[in-house]
Amino acid sequence: MAFVDDLGAALDKTPGGGIILTSLDAVMDWSRGKSLWMMPMGTACCAMELIAASFSRFDFDRLGSIPRPDPRHTDVMVVAGTITRKMAPAVKRLWEQMPEPKWCIAMGNCAVSGGIFYYDTYSVIRGVDEFLPVDVYISGCPPRPEALQDAILRLREQVKSESIVASRRRPVESILPQPGSPRRGASAGGEAE
Amino acid sequence: MTETVVNIGPSHPSTHGVCRVVVHLDGEIITHAEPIIGHLHRGIEKMAENRTYLQVVPLTDRLDYVGSMYANWAYCRAVERLAGIRVPERAEYIRVIVCELQRIASHMMGIGSTGADTGAFTAFMYTFAQREMVVELFELLCGARLTYNYVRPGGVSQDLPEGWVEQCRTFIAQHPSAMLEIDRLLFGNVIARARLKGVGVLSPEDAVGWGTSGPVARASGVDWDLRRDDPYSVYPRFDFSVPLGDNGDSYDRGRVRVWECVEACRIIGQALDQLEPGLVHAEGLPRLLAPRPGDAYDHIESARGSLGVYLVSDGTPRPWRMKVRSPAFCNLSVLPILAQGHTLSDLVVILGSLDPVFGEVDR
Amino acid sequence: MKIEDLRAHLCETYPDLCPLFSIEFGDGVLGVSAKRLHEAASDLKELGFDRLGMVTAVDYGDEFEMVYRIQSRDMYAGIFLKARIKRDKPVIASVCDLWPAANWQEREVFDLFGIVFEGHPDLRRILLTDDWVGFPLRKDYEDDRIIRRPDYI
Repeated sequence: MAFVDDLGAALDKTPGGGIILTSLDAVMDWSRGKSLWMMPMGTACCAMELIAASFSRFDFDRLGSIPRPDPRHTDVMVVAGTITRKMAPAVKRLWEQMPEPKWCIAMGNCAVSGGIFYYDTYSVIRGVDEFLPVDVYISGCPPRPEALQDAILRLREQVKSESIVASRRRPVESILPQPGSPRRGASAGGEAE
Repeated sequence: MTETVVNIGPSHPSTHGVCRVVVHLDGEIITHAEPIIGHLHRGIEKMAENRTYLQVVPLTDRLDYVGSMYANWAYCRAVERLAGIRVPERAEYIRVIVCELQRIASHMMGIGSTGADTGAFTAFMYTFAQREMVVELFELLCGARLTYNYVRPGGVSQDLPEGWVEQCRTFIAQHPSAMLEIDRLLFGNVIARARLKGVGVLSPEDAVGWGTSGPVARASGVDWDLRRDDPYSVYPRFDFSVPLGDNGDSYDRGRVRVWECVEACRIIGQALDQLEPGLVHAEGLPRLLAPRPGDAYDHIESARGSLGVYLVSDGTPRPWRMKVRSPAFCNLSVLPILAQGHTLSDLVVILGSLDPVFGEVDR
Repeated sequence: MKIEDLRAHLCETYPDLCPLFSIEFGDGVLGVSAKRLHEAASDLKELGFDRLGMVTAVDYGDEFEMVYRIQSRDMYAGIFLKARIKRDKPVIASVCDLWPAANWQEREVFDLFGIVFEGHPDLRRILLTDDWVGFPLRKDYEDDRIIRRPDYI
């Protein structure tokens, strides 16, 4: 999408270009929102519901969301399941392989906050938002397939408000917490008690 | 000849979870395949040490997430053995019924993904339709689609709801014929037969020596089923047979699963006939179990093999140590033997036919 | 075969193992010293215990207890083989040469408890990353990443 990015940046600088830019945004967001192909980053129990969602009974395809295991084909990463310290570098790498614009859905309590694996465990990352910018959170252990469909519909709403200009988008860098560095989980856990 | 090293995973659609396989290739022939596991190691055994005996049950759900009821049951049997709890008969029957239903649900994933691995995706759709019916039954039973938390120490969490038995009978009446259709569709297919037959042959000696169990061992002709050979619960009251394979290849592993589903329907039918009204949970149990110091091990035949739980109690309300003997862990360890000498595309089929669930492999 | 018959059979074949045999919670337990573990294991294998079900360890403070569950197809029974080793010298003989199933299971025990198996062909970490520090299932394992669960009961 280099051409669209350049065009957007040029329009942003041109006086009066904003009118064309917003119209162009509307067209782009409409087309992007209707075909959010997803990268099923299924690791644990939620992956079963992710499979169930794309099969005949719940039929995910009618929302324009086709699961593609190749990160380079996809727009939205659905992190379904527990992410451990051994797995996190692989998730981060797959996220970085996805072309922009890209979105992330944290499916299930483990991906949201660590869920049942919040306390007493030495290997679980407490929420995928420690290193990925998450757009939609779905709670549940595991969430029902309908909840995932709801998340896709909500993501569409969000996509509608986005711009093709890179400077008007939120940052999408991923930072993996290093051992010993201060983490969100450690301080939040102390306050919760 | 130069050696090529190919890395598969940990996020790959055909590894059925988060398994990484480092494959050493000579041309297209695998000289060595090494599975690297632990990407889903959450430390459940450590977490159990800081929870009460009842609070561990939801953790066991997350072990084998395709067949949660089994881990529930194996854990509860170990607790019951440790604390000397007698389970009411109706609860035992309900446990057998739900676990045989779970076997069907779990095998539907296993058989379906075998189809997906060999390019026959239609079969996956058919098996998943059957799985959804079982999941619906479980949802009526306990409100959850995957993580049930239904089997508890001393019985089950609640009685069968109204109309459940009839719905279950409707399911088992149509299931065997649906299985025959899937069998014909998938294992009668020329392409699937060519992809599966003779691929990944496990000899009976290796099957025993490497500690495999369940359909993987039985496909190699190892006649070992805990339901019959180390009878637990009310299994001795049922008439069922244990399907065995001849060659121990991927084809036999798939076929054994098909026939196990049909046998599971027979067991459920008999259990529903013998089901009597009564208590579903042992009376007079304290809310906080604190078994006497000691250790206990109990195992059941899960969809993947013999699933055991080893518990050590120090007399406090929390277990001192919990160890899960996971069948998928042992079944996966034969992958290097099976893959050697096959092509890279066969590796996918072999891994799928072992039907590992990584929640259980890594714990 | 019942557990009492198994005991009689074991006593007949290997009289020196007989006094070590006890029955707890309906399971046969054979407690041996760490030095004799491999010898006892190979005796049991000759007796017909062809499957190794489980290898694990339990942390009892200054000692580790190694627990092996061994099963037999012909006798339809499983028994435990237990041996205690000192915490400051956690070394025990590997049983990989008897049952290949011990390969991964001993690696797991090495990974989580730090027990070294002598004679193991490939003793590496299996579940955790290779650069992990410490052995998590030991009771004295400290990690600043662990958040202790508040005591609700």
